[in-house]
Amino acid sequence: MSSVIGIAFGNTTSSIAVATPDGKVDVIANPDGDRAIPSALSYVGDDEYHGAQAVAQLVRNPKNTVINFRDFIGKSFQDIDLSKSQASAVPVDVNGKISYKLNPADKEISLSVDEIVKRHLVQIKEAAVDYTGTKVESVVITVPTNFTEVQKEELVKIAAEAGLNVIQLINEPTAALLAHLSAADRLLEDKIFVVADFGGIRSDAAVIAVRGGIFTVLASQHDFNLGGDSLDDALAEFFSKEFEKKFSANPRNSARSLAKLKAACIITKKTLSNVQTSTISIDSLADGFDFHSTINRLRFELVGRAVFTKMAEFVESTVKKAGLENLDIDEVLLVGGTSHIPKVSANMEAIFPETTVISKSVDPNELACRGAALQASMVSSFEKEEISESLQPVVVNTLHLAKPIGIKGASGEFISVLSQETAYPIKKSVIIESSAEDALVEIYEGERHVKETVVEAEKYSDDEEDDYSDEEPEVVKSVEYKPAELLAELVLPQVGAGSKVEVILSIDRENKLKITARSGAVVVSGTV
Amino acid sequence: MSSTLPAPASAASPSFKAAKTFSPAVRRPIEPVGRYFLAHALRASRGHSWSEYEKIEAEKNVKTVDTSVDEDDFDEEQSEELLKHDPRDWKSADLYAVLGLTKYRWRATPEQITKAHRKQVLKHHPDKKGEAGGLDQDGFFKIIQKAYETMLDPTKRQQFDSVDFNADVEVPPAKSTYDFFEAWGPAFEAEGRFSKKQPVPALGDMTATKPEVDAFYAFWYNFDSWRSFEFLDEDVPDDTANRDHKRYIERKNKAARQKKKNEDNKRLAELVKRALSEDPRIKLFKQQEKDEKARKKWEREAGARQAAEEAKLKQEAEEKAKAEAELNAKASKENSKKAKEAAKNAKKKNKRSIRASVKDVDYFGEAAQADAITADVDILIETFDDLQLGDVAAKVGGVTDVAAVKTAFSDAAKEQVAAGKVSASSLKYFV
Repeated sequence: MSSVIGIAFGNTTSSIAVATPDGKVDVIANPDGDRAIPSALSYVGDDEYHGAQAVAQLVRNPKNTVINFRDFIGKSFQDIDLSKSQASAVPVDVNGKISYKLNPADKEISLSVDEIVKRHLVQIKEAAVDYTGTKVESVVITVPTNFTEVQKEELVKIAAEAGLNVIQLINEPTAALLAHLSAADRLLEDKIFVVADFGGIRSDAAVIAVRGGIFTVLASQHDFNLGGDSLDDALAEFFSKEFEKKFSANPRNSARSLAKLKAACIITKKTLSNVQTSTISIDSLADGFDFHSTINRLRFELVGRAVFTKMAEFVESTVKKAGLENLDIDEVLLVGGTSHIPKVSANMEAIFPETTVISKSVDPNELACRGAALQASMVSSFEKEEISESLQPVVVNTLHLAKPIGIKGASGEFISVLSQETAYPIKKSVIIESSAEDALVEIYEGERHVKETVVEAEKYSDDEEDDYSDEEPEVVKSVEYKPAELLAELVLPQVGAGSKVEVILSIDRENKLKITARSGAVVVSGTV
Repeated sequence: MSSTLPAPASAASPSFKAAKTFSPAVRRPIEPVGRYFLAHALRASRGHSWSEYEKIEAEKNVKTVDTSVDEDDFDEEQSEELLKHDPRDWKSADLYAVLGLTKYRWRATPEQITKAHRKQVLKHHPDKKGEAGGLDQDGFFKIIQKAYETMLDPTKRQQFDSVDFNADVEVPPAKSTYDFFEAWGPAFEAEGRFSKKQPVPALGDMTATKPEVDAFYAFWYNFDSWRSFEFLDEDVPDDTANRDHKRYIERKNKAARQKKKNEDNKRLAELVKRALSEDPRIKLFKQQEKDEKARKKWEREAGARQAAEEAKLKQEAEEKAKAEAELNAKASKENSKKAKEAAKNAKKKNKRSIRASVKDVDYFGEAAQADAITADVDILIETFDDLQLGDVAAKVGGVTDVAAVKTAFSDAAKEQVAAGKVSASSLKYFV
């Protein structure tokens, strides 16, 4: 008996999940009880620390603690950004390969990034084995959408060394969306999503169209300098100023003070996601002075305003990159640890119209690994060849409709059947009532229009009305489709008014659109 | 859907009119996740169209329904004896027979047990039996309930399975002839139900390899059994009045359990030992091993054998050579004898011809000296060796030239004197 698990391998934290036989997904906690396991390794003497224990070493033992190494996989030393490793062990160049020179127990050891990743994965695997009580051999791992083929290959190789057989690597945003939609069983709703993943040191956003349960990434974007870390820095800066004012001692002068402050700020930030006010208290922050202060959520939002604004801009620019407007987005899914912060979702609500749903699951950090576990449980029954066959470009690269196809209703409106960006071959049916004795089914291609509705300012009967008179009437924009090009016409005689007509549209591989309309015994069909 | 279809402009007849094809499509990669993608991948890689795919899926569903229908079969009739079994002594009843599960026994799943129980309850409920035979008819129903209780509790079920001797498979007596695999396969399968380690290796057949067979017997020699005999315990009286008696019974039960367990372990060990001794594969392997050993030995001794052969050949050659040599020696001996004789004859002949030669030349014309010449020739002949004899004989034999004969004799005499073989004084004529 062996389990197949899903791993979300992040720069800051990693999570593990396993699908239970009854279709639920359990997120696995490591022996420390963490479900978001920090991706960190620390070496003290002959001991290896992992996860939260390693992060705790950042204060006392930063030179032997490795963090933020995920993005280094499969890269050469010239291509990496060292700025994220300044508070920990700094990578060095060993024959073009990225390595860490650590010095625990007075003897220098050199660990390549591959070795670090391998040790991290081994720890993850052990946690999963402890939890499930069964062998863990096969995994699905999530990767960011900008992971190159080389990086993917390298990760698969390292995982194999750690004793994990990677059945599939899937993209982080897709995994999160899969978990989100599977949980509510909404896979068959045709919608366009923005998956915004705000992590520790980087942010990713992707616009994904879901059509008939099939996901298509329309655009994705990455910002490597945006994330929870920026907020921690802003908060640390804020408290540094306060400390300086109180004690005229600068905690920024010593790396150790800074590390202490940063660690406390992370905790304060996390607390503020749940409550309105939080305290911060650090013993002997600098020059022997203890620091104790409180901060409320509003203050925090002000302190991090630049970062929050950047996040909103980042999401908007991704939507633009996909060639869409905010109006076209049906739902925004917030993923990643930083999405816990209420201000992030509040910002999203502000930039997207009211029709757009802002979704944030109970734990946005766990979505990706849940999706990976779901995918793992689905593909685990397949042979290796079957999986690799399914990932062939022939299968994956599919034709997508450029414009929606639908039916023209009685009042000239467009009833969308196949939305744009629908991958085909596809088959879909709708049932529409007939308004008259005979029914006419006109198949149209839709055209996008932005409808502007002016909402009159509410009339107030009291005296304060004047205060609002200057305000412009609010304009609500919404996207609607109008029938543009006629594709085909079907006539169904004598179906009877009010009877149901089923219209089936199917497009095959050869771009042939087949239309069948049926009501009772009357069937008309044809191919375009 | 709130929208409705419009009415056609003109009088209607069923028609289809294609106007235009849809806008050119965009090719994009889709994300390979989710069950709808897997369905898409199946369709794409096998080239199924939508309708074909739906048909295949539908067929699959039908099949699963079909198999689940005729899976269970609990229509077993209980024997009269079992129906009359005393409910107070329910432990001695065959609880699987009570539930109609004799076909499955320890293999029965909890679902099957629940289903079977439901079926039996419907059949044997006192409400149904009451009219047939009065009030005392709920005995078997009580047993059914007890059986169900026992079967549902995993611990209790193990305890019952431990003593469910009806599930044991007897092996034929030791000396009889039977098919080993037919007899022992089910027996081992039945014993395997007590294993803490699952799955239990199967007995296999004649084609099994040696490691497989070895692993099989190793498993059975280290068999870890959960079999226990609590179910056969004597009921411990639950009255608090006699504590000592209660403890006594408990002790007795414990001892009995241990004894039975030991006996069972011994029985199993003997069973495995017997199987091992009768297993035709083991015999086959032994034979193979022996053959192999013999072959190896044959191979290993190849060198020695070759040496021996060579030695033998050498000896033979030597013997042959020796025989030949002997033969040669014999022949040469004979030859030398002949030669000696010939030499002797030749010597005699030479001597004769030398003696005669002086006579032939009339003693060199000096007949007076004849005696002295004859005496000298005799002395010379006596002192000549074979070579000189031949030499002189050749010089003088049959020669009529007086001077030549005389010089030959004189030379020979001089030679002999010079060699010291003849003293000059003894010669009277040839000086």
